[in-house]
Amino acid sequence: MTELVRKRPEFRNINALKDLPSYRLPVAGIVSILHRISGFLMFLLMPLIIWMFDNSITSEISFAKLSAAFGIGIGFVPGWFFKLLALALIWAYLHHFIAGVRHIYMDAFHAVTKEFGKSSAVATLVLSLGLTAVLGAKLFGLY
Amino acid sequence: MSSVNYGSKRIVTGAGYGFCDWLAQRVTAVLMALFTVVLLAQVIFTSGPIGYEEWAGIFASQWMKVLTFTVIIALLYHVWVGMRDIWMDYIKPLALRLALHVFTLVWLIGCAGWSVQALWRL
Repeated sequence: MTELVRKRPEFRNINALKDLPSYRLPVAGIVSILHRISGFLMFLLMPLIIWMFDNSITSEISFAKLSAAFGIGIGFVPGWFFKLLALALIWAYLHHFIAGVRHIYMDAFHAVTKEFGKSSAVATLVLSLGLTAVLGAKLFGLY
Repeated sequence: MSSVNYGSKRIVTGAGYGFCDWLAQRVTAVLMALFTVVLLAQVIFTSGPIGYEEWAGIFASQWMKVLTFTVIIALLYHVWVGMRDIWMDYIKPLALRLALHVFTLVWLIGCAGWSVQALWRL
């Protein structure tokens, strides 16, 4: 290390309100925290997922009602809200899946260099967000 | 880390010794990834629009029911490890963390039971 290297800022006793917003998270860090957030989101929406699964396989009538939920809605909940929830679930699953595969790849092939961490993180974001956009467009009837 | 971990010093909320759960998350993840591929393939290779008959038909066969059931149990454990890690990282007070662990387990087991019920109603 030369004397010209700037002293890296140290973060002790991280204050959520002061330090987190000003901390520059590397791409791999973004993928990582989104992995956790997407998992938590799916945990919270699990009853919704099971409700959809249940209605989709129980009978013709429940299947039709579920399809209608995405159109005109159910009760006071409008159709576009169900679609929004579905989109959130699509993103959450895609991101969690792809970031998870990245984890397992790095574990299995010992691909733990900083460069690979960055490139694989970028690939994860591109792939997950791209697929989310494609499936989201389909969901909202854009094609 | 204290070297005393028995009696009143035993940690009741925590990861134990870690490796088993770390591995279990990966194993369950691989199983669920394979299930995703199997399900996706069945959906993609269905000719024509997928209505109730086609969709419910996928889950009607015994092997698919057994596979889906296994995946539900795998998901249960996978999510438990993940959620426990989240609580351990952010919730310091023991009583609150224990309560959240209990809530998480009740939530997950209830969800698992409901999905198995739906699956076997077919």
